[in-house]
Amino acid sequence: MHIVVCVKQVPDTKIIKINPKTNTLDRKSAPAILNPYDAHAVQEAVKVKQLTGGTISVLSMGPPQATEVIKKSIEIGADRGYLISDRAFAGADTLATSYALSKALERIGKDIPVDMVICGKHAIDGDTGQVGPGIARRMDIPPVTSVIEVSEVNVKEKTILIKRKLTSGYELIQAELPCLLTVEKEINEIEYAPMPNMIRAARYQPIIWTVNELENVDRAQLGLKGSPTVVGKMFTPPRPEGGKKLEGSADEQVKQLMDLLMDKKDLLTVQSTN
Amino acid sequence: MPEKFDVIVVGAGPAGTACALVCAQQGLNVMLIERGEYPGSKNVMGGVLYRKQLEDLIPDFWKEAPLERPIIEQRFWMMDKESVVSFGYKGLEWGVEPYNNFTVLRAQFDQWFAKKAVEAGALLVNETVVKECIVENGKVVGVRTDRPDGDLYADVVVLADGVNSLLGKQLGFHKEHRPDEVALTAMEVINLPKEKINDRFNLEDNQGCTIEIFGDSTQGNLGTAFLYTNKDSLNIGVGTTLSSMIKAKLKPYDLLDYLKNHPMVSPLLAGGESAEYLAHLIPEGGFRSVPKVVGDGVVVVGDAASLVNAIHREGSNMAMASGKMAAEAIVKAKTRNDFSASGLNSYREALYNSFIMKDLEKYKDAAHTFEKYPQYFKEYVPMMNKAASKFFTVDGTPKREKQKQIMKSVTAERGTIRVLQDMYRAWKAVK
Amino acid sequence: MSLEEYRGVWVFIEQNDGKVEGVSLELLGAGRKLADKLEVPLAGVLLGEEIKTLSNNVISHGADEVYVIDHPVLKNYRTESYMKAVIYLAEKYKPEIFLYGATPNGKDLASAVATDLSTGLTADTTMLDIDLENRLLEASRPAFGGNIMATILCKKHRPQMATVRPKVMKALEVDSSRIGKIIEEKINLNEDEMRTKVLRIVNDVTKRANLADAHVIVCGGKGMGDEQNFQMLYELAETIGASVGGTRDVVEAGWLPHELQIGQTGETVTPKIYFAIALSGAIQHVVGMKNSEFIIAINKDPNAPIFDVATYGIVGDALEVVPKLIAQFKEIRSQKGGEISYA
Ligand SMILES: Cc1cc2nc3c(=O)[nH]c(=O)nc-3n(C[C@H](O)[C@H](O)[C@H](O)COP(=O)(O)OP(=O)(O)OC[C@H]3O[C@@H](n4cnc5c(N)ncnc54)[C@H](O)[C@@H]3O)c2cc1C
Ligand SMILES: Cc1cc2nc3c(=O)[nH]c(=O)nc-3n(C[C@H](O)[C@H](O)[C@H](O)COP(=O)(O)OP(=O)(O)OC[C@H]3O[C@@H](n4cnc5c(N)ncnc54)[C@H](O)[C@@H]3O)c2cc1C
Ligand SMILES: Nc1ncnc2c1ncn2[C@@H]1O[C@H](COP(=O)(O)O)[C@@H](O)[C@H]1O
Repeated sequence: MHIVVCVKQVPDTKIIKINPKTNTLDRKSAPAILNPYDAHAVQEAVKVKQLTGGTISVLSMGPPQATEVIKKSIEIGADRGYLISDRAFAGADTLATSYALSKALERIGKDIPVDMVICGKHAIDGDTGQVGPGIARRMDIPPVTSVIEVSEVNVKEKTILIKRKLTSGYELIQAELPCLLTVEKEINEIEYAPMPNMIRAARYQPIIWTVNELENVDRAQLGLKGSPTVVGKMFTPPRPEGGKKLEGSADEQVKQLMDLLMDKKDLLTVQSTN
Repeated sequence: MPEKFDVIVVGAGPAGTACALVCAQQGLNVMLIERGEYPGSKNVMGGVLYRKQLEDLIPDFWKEAPLERPIIEQRFWMMDKESVVSFGYKGLEWGVEPYNNFTVLRAQFDQWFAKKAVEAGALLVNETVVKECIVENGKVVGVRTDRPDGDLYADVVVLADGVNSLLGKQLGFHKEHRPDEVALTAMEVINLPKEKINDRFNLEDNQGCTIEIFGDSTQGNLGTAFLYTNKDSLNIGVGTTLSSMIKAKLKPYDLLDYLKNHPMVSPLLAGGESAEYLAHLIPEGGFRSVPKVVGDGVVVVGDAASLVNAIHREGSNMAMASGKMAAEAIVKAKTRNDFSASGLNSYREALYNSFIMKDLEKYKDAAHTFEKYPQYFKEYVPMMNKAASKFFTVDGTPKREKQKQIMKSVTAERGTIRVLQDMYRAWKAVK
Repeated sequence: MSLEEYRGVWVFIEQNDGKVEGVSLELLGAGRKLADKLEVPLAGVLLGEEIKTLSNNVISHGADEVYVIDHPVLKNYRTESYMKAVIYLAEKYKPEIFLYGATPNGKDLASAVATDLSTGLTADTTMLDIDLENRLLEASRPAFGGNIMATILCKKHRPQMATVRPKVMKALEVDSSRIGKIIEEKINLNEDEMRTKVLRIVNDVTKRANLADAHVIVCGGKGMGDEQNFQMLYELAETIGASVGGTRDVVEAGWLPHELQIGQTGETVTPKIYFAIALSGAIQHVVGMKNSEFIIAINKDPNAPIFDVATYGIVGDALEVVPKLIAQFKEIRSQKGGEISYA
């Protein structure tokens, strides 16, 4: 069983603040982190590997610092990591990203054929969730998105049973391997990594490929050039008609609010229960 | 079988990282363990990084380190309720290589510094807490972390775990700090556009200014406040000894709020946005509270060993220097394969012969004096302000006459003998 | 690719068990406006098994045309089969704009289709407009961590595709007198060739956040300070019969389960009354609640962006104000001896 997990380095949006005056990002101390959903994707691969044996590779596209998220993945339990890093990839939208990643997957698959690809549900910076299904299409394998449980893996029959989250409830799906999953956070808990993993990760040197190390690449489909979408403009959303701020002490404000609410008969009424 | 290292360093602050860096440079197999998400993630410092001790470790570091601004001006404020007496020095020579000091943001600086140690060959493991030292036959042989399969072994364990050093306590090297031995400091990082900072502090882009504030900044308690300029933010903080806080029933945040709203300070901050709020202890016990720094298989460096000069606000530099000395002692011990307390004792010797212990000794009575005799902060600062006001107000009184009046009012308030006593005591404390 | 060949605005009609999803009707409303501006027809794409009867519903919600493919293999949604059907239609009829609901299935389908058609896809859009001069779809969505929107354009590829958040667009009033054209298509699909099978669909209403249907919501933010303080919001909610929700920061801090997150990556809600308490009002949160009827904000920072969307704002410390509110509501209840109900 060879599982490849796609992992992305993202700015920690918990810390990023936008400067409201200049509309620019304030990344003073925001470190880059492993996309939280991708951490769950790696953890799920570890769980599957415990059942089936095999190898876990992780793959990332990004600047050289993205080796950090590969190391993080090794901590969680991945066996090896690949980073594709090249100017040619820069500025990619989801279409160009899935193209580049699928080319890297092709090369990884040459050494050991890939049985399963796992992605996060979405990356918290771009927040599209489009890259995973895109990769699946390019590899011509079935995608199953929003996975909340991998219930069974049958290595002999090459099938897998999956629970997929729906708007209300879930569905149970049987898929043939190889296939691609994108996972929700609730699929597992990230385990506290044991020390030997930490040491392995601290020592680990990811394999780094430039575009030249990938085969049969159509450069026109990479990076900015290969991206059909462009950012037109950035703007602060039109401010809705600003509401009224109540005035006075806390008590007075609460009082005013209660009066306002009680006045709005169409909103709320107090019914006598007796 | 768990892996054995030459050295395990606990804590990737300035002390631990400096030690790991030098050990790794000397070819030792070093493990550096940090509990934060990354080095510096939770670390706190007013922000003055002294050049010399880091330069000893990484020549020309200013060419690549994430520094905020080189400091070209240091101001000292004796602040009263509505006035301030200020003096200081500004020199353009500090704005060019090799510089004097810099402001830094620890979240960034510590990460960079640790990366240097990693590049030299140290292994860095984050998000891991060392729970205790593993002790066998009275000798430290490794550490127990909170991770599964988390025991690690080494010839030497370096305790660089900062002011509260739980590990040092576990080994019985020191006790819980007394409230008068530590200062509790609260600080805030306030974002402010670069242009505003340059205007308000009269600076160019790559020039920084520090202000140390005494007197009303701590509402007269023993302690100081500071205001430092970063690239596009300010660090403002204030602290007093824990004992003063307890006595005056103060909370660190209240002190900081008071300072931020002080009429002498608030115009400098106006329009800024609070980005981070932090609070931290500083070991200010000085010479007398330095614990045992060497044991069998273990050394203690930096804040964990209380190596802070409170009067001059030096800490990170002492941390780095002590880390380097410890590393050199470990390398020496390695060649003799003797990691006992006596094998490592060259660290202690180096430390006591260095500027660190000499400076700490010089000021060993200072804190005590100022704490015991609150008049220095409570009375003299307002007196200075009154005197200055009188002296500089042009009201037709001849200057000589003014000086006389000022002297008279000082001695009238405290009495001639007591003023002389105070001056002598202060001189003795810092001589 | 000749861009002029592409004409018309399409909406993917998501149906489950013979019921059209609300978001698809909302998209017909939004699509109608785009189509009118461009002076082209609006079409719905309806796939499934025995679903033709739904076409009228699609037309009465604003469509001029409905493309229908009825096939047993399309009974349940599956990327494989749905994708084939959609790509077939899009390649044959060449729409210039193609919208999908940003639901699990809609996002999944759109991503696969965009890859095969080699075109751009904008995710989780919350505003749609047309640049008439260039006949370009302006699809805007919140970006980064703060109060900023980015307009995404797809200049050189067609169709221009976007997924749109449920509940941010408005459906049109049903007009059963509308007439439209139903275009039935057939494609070859073979169950044996499918590599995924839906074995079972489990509707689990308990798992679904009851936020979506709540009349009143009390939503708390990080400013509540800690989990302990957050508990007082439950008391408020209980007193007035509301449901509790939270911002992402609250969910990430572990004070609330994921299902109760409101906003772009959580639930979109439209209650009658929305209490926004100790939350800043970041755009990602606001897009999920701004269509609430009556918004009450409590925040100690008078400049918090939440006040821009609030009907009424209280500038104050939530820890002080909320207990007072609870007390007031309790008093009113006991005075009138009853329960609070909502029109
Ligand atoms: C408000 C304030 C202002 C200051 N201003 C200045 C100044 O302007 N200039 C100056 O030079 N000094 C200043 N100092 C002092 C300076 O910050 C310290 O002296 C210096 O940081 C000490 O370095 P250290 O490496 O010994 O300890 P620390 O920097 O505290 O590092 C200790 C490290 O160990 C880690 N750690 C602790 N326990 C464990 C454990 N059990 N397991 C794993 N990791 C652990 C911690 O996470 C931390 O990273 C200031 C201090 C404060 C609080
Ligand atoms: C791709 C992406 C998707 C996202 N999706 C979502 C989403 O779906 N939902 C969501 O909510 N967020 C989402 N976010 C995060 C969003 O950008 C904000 O970070 C988040 O909404 C902030 O949460 P908050 O308002 O609780 O916290 P904060 O922004 O920290 O605000 C706390 C507020 O409480 C106030 N306050 C503090 N103390 C008190 C007190 N005692 N009394 C009264 N007021 C007080 C403060 O003034 C402040 O305004 C997303 C971000 C990204 C990048
Ligand atoms: N640059 C990248 N490198 C590796 N994986 C990626 C990259 N971008 C996206 N992914 C994967 O695709 C998922 C969805 O990302 P997105 O479509 O950007 O929301 C992520 O959770 C990752 O698993």
